[in-house]
Amino acid sequence: MLVALGACAVVAIVLTAEVGASAVKRSLVSWRVRVASGRVEDIAAYDPGRERRAEQRARELLRSCVGDDDWAMYRDLGFLRVWGRAGSGMSAGHGVAPYAYLIYPHKPIVAYVPRSSRLLSEYCVEFPDGERPFGSTRLPASDDVLAKWMALTGDEQRLIENANLHLAGRQLDPHAVRADIAALDRWDRERLRRERRDAGSVPAP
Amino acid sequence: MKPGHGEVLIAEGDIEIAEQEQELIAAFRAQLEQGMWAAVPVVAADGRRQAELVRAFDEVPRDAERVIFFPRAAGGC
Repeated sequence: MLVALGACAVVAIVLTAEVGASAVKRSLVSWRVRVASGRVEDIAAYDPGRERRAEQRARELLRSCVGDDDWAMYRDLGFLRVWGRAGSGMSAGHGVAPYAYLIYPHKPIVAYVPRSSRLLSEYCVEFPDGERPFGSTRLPASDDVLAKWMALTGDEQRLIENANLHLAGRQLDPHAVRADIAALDRWDRERLRRERRDAGSVPAP
Repeated sequence: MKPGHGEVLIAEGDIEIAEQEQELIAAFRAQLEQGMWAAVPVVAADGRRQAELVRAFDEVPRDAERVIFFPRAAGGC
């Protein structure tokens, strides 16, 4: 009798284990299907042209805000220069501000001395949107430049206080930045020459 | 300005019309409550372009054509 009961118990345990294993397998399959279908939806929602259109809109907005000269600078060189606050009222060719900034898209802002091209520091700043409204936390490149430009020209101190300060050369290659400054100087001279020519006063060679 | 999208029109109206001004004020406050910064592009007396950061609707120049909202700055890199 005891042997028969024992045999029944063993059979019951084995059957229970089989049923349980089947349930676990079904659950795993269902989970895998959900994961897979989720990926398919992600792919369907991906729009390869969205970033390009976003950048195009951003460039138009930047152009409408910074003016023709600065827009041309960004278009030709890929960065913007903003004079330091102490340089208020000065512009290239009409006096040199004590310091200025170079604004690159999605790179640190570089402070430098225009007279000597000496690099002062890098200010690492971002404009993240934690809500990821269109799947990303990052602004389009030209919007990033515009945000830095607005923050620097609107409240330089506030932006600098929010940025992480590093010595020049930590993120950006100093040689490349100096090459950019040299290119900017050439660009400034060419612009002045063009303005004078258009105004009808060409300086003697 | 929105990540992944660029410029998005939030609201527009005439501040000389009381009802529309209230709508603009509500939209302005909503953006600032979401943590955005607000800037108004202006032309300075010397002709240079610059921006004014504003913290309240009253600070927006009455003749401003637009206010641009963008995520607040944070240390990065």
